[in-house]
Parts: sequence; structure tokens; C-alpha cells
Amino acid sequence: MNPIIKEITAPQLKKDLPPFKVGDGVRVHTKVREGDKERIQIFTGVVIARKGHGIHETFTVRRISYGEGVERVFPVNSPNIDKIEIERESENMRARLYYLRDRQGKAAMAVKERRVEEAAKS
Amino acid sequence: MISTLIGKKIGMTQVYDAQNVLVPVTVVEAGPCAVVQVKTVETDGYNAVQLGFSQQKTKNASKAELAHAKKAGLDLAPRVLSEVRLADKSDAKLGDVVTVEAFKEGQFVDVTGVTKGKGFQGVVRRFRVAGGPASHGSMFHRRIGSVGMRQTPGRVWKNQAMPGHMGQVQRTMQNLRIVKIIADKNILLVKGAIPGANGDDVIVRTAIKGQPKSA
Repeated sequence: MNPIIKEITAPQLKKDLPPFKVGDGVRVHTKVREGDKERIQIFTGVVIARKGHGIHETFTVRRISYGEGVERVFPVNSPNIDKIEIERESENMRARLYYLRDRQGKAAMAVKERRVEEAAKS
Repeated sequence: MISTLIGKKIGMTQVYDAQNVLVPVTVVEAGPCAVVQVKTVETDGYNAVQLGFSQQKTKNASKAELAHAKKAGLDLAPRVLSEVRLADKSDAKLGDVVTVEAFKEGQFVDVTGVTKGKGFQGVVRRFRVAGGPASHGSMFHRRIGSVGMRQTPGRVWKNQAMPGHMGQVQRTMQNLRIVKIIADKNILLVKGAIPGANGDDVIVRTAIKGQPKSA
């Protein structure tokens, strides 16, 4: 990358980003503007993709809402994201979990979990 | 007041604006440009200044270029020279330096550059002619098709789309908003794309069609 462009984008990158990865269950706290009031809206789901790098980096969160699959793409470094909470960590071999889109019912959100306690023990 | 600068296209990126909206921007390293020559009605028949941008090594510059630069008090000859027409006689003197401070954040500018060369291209790419079907026995794929009528008019109209060289022509993008100015590095962030490849020389000037009403 051009050093000048790097310098321009560097201050906009978040430094306190939680280390979430594809497959993780996350709660994304987004800032929503209504008039001049600002409130926090939470979008919960599974990260099915993480793309791009630097200021262009985005991640896709998928959830099942009232039986309908909903996906939202967030820029990782967006100032509109208040924080990202990692609810559960996963263990999977894929970079993109697009196969979840073809699944229905209980299987739709079934991502292999990694027990946090177990990981701590070993 | 001279509000034109010669610059170099650095590349594109994105920045968040005050409303937290991600804006696509082109980074332009503009100026500083020294006034190398002042033209007036008395001497040349019109008012203009010649601006110089960047530097070239003395061993690469011709004697004429060096002497021309020396007149303006510069040690090194500018790599790019460009003339800026002025409506009135300006108070610019030889050796004056124009920087990005000539612009304000939020104002509109026009950016002129030479587009990327695309080589010899067919009509589908060059003029967006639809072309023919790809299959189903079609033997007419990306050809030009008919170029006219019959005995009347008996010739091909002007501007008929035909294959030929595409790109590498001077083009101007008008009314691009300046998102940010980084004065100490001579950097302009201009919203949207501008002509040319990264590293190409471009000319940035105040938009001729006017400024946004809010600014």
C-alpha cells in the first residue's frame, strides 16, 4: 500500500478491536440516529465472512429473525459500531460459512462450538 | 488569487466523514507550485501565469529549462509546467508559491488528467455497442454491424462507432468535493475517482460551474 494512503487511513482504524473470527457468535452494538437522538441497537448472529483489509475490511453477520434469514454487512472500523461482543467462539475449517444459507431450522445456526472452559484447560 | 494547482494522483481509499459516512476519496499530492512566468496583456496579449510542479535533476534538465527556472529564483527546474489563464491582471510575482491552502474543505474542484490507455478496442468496449448473441447458432458476436443506409445518404455519418484506439485522452472530472486537506503534506482528498493511473500528473482547479450553496 502507498505509505501516504496508509498514513491517512491509519488513524481511522480501531485499535481496541476484539479478535473475533468467522463462525463466532457476536453481538454487534450499532449506533442508530433518530432525529438528534442516538441510541444503541444490537444485532446478534453468526459471523459468516470477513473480507478485505485495512479501512475496507467488512464482516457479515447472519441471524434467523422470525424464521427469515437476515444478513448484515458491517465495516469493521465503522465509528457507528459501538462495540462487538463475542458470545461464543467457534472451531471451523472454512473462511466463509455460506453453506449456512442453505440450511433450515435448528441446523441453520449450528456452528461447531469451542467450549471456552475446555480451551482454557488444555 | 490563483486557485489552480498541478498535482500527482496517489491513489484511492476511503475515509469516514463527520456524519460517520464512509466516503470514497482519491488522494492527490497537489503543489506546492511556484510561479515560473507571469504573462500580461502588454507582453503576451493575455493574462496568465505559468506554474511549475515537482523537480527534475539538474543533469536531466535542458539549459533552457534551467535558465527559465532561474529567472523565477528556483535552483532546480520544475518537472511539469502548466499555464493558468487569469481574467484580470494578477499581483502574482515570479517565485510566488501556490499551495493547497488555495482551496477550502468542502468546496468543489475540477480535476483534469489523462485517462488510462486501453489500446485498440472494438465497438462493444469502446462505444458500448450491444453486440450479438453469444450462441444459438449466431455468427454475429462482437462485430460492428451496419454503419449506415443506402444511396441516401450514401456515406457514413459522423461519430459512427467504430473500432480504434481507446483511452489516453485528456478528460476533466467536474464538481468533485474536497473532503479533506492535509496542508503540511500538500495532500487533497477529493471525493470520487479522477482520470489517470496512480502517479500520473493531474491539474486541480476551482470548479467552473460554481460552488455548493451550503459551503
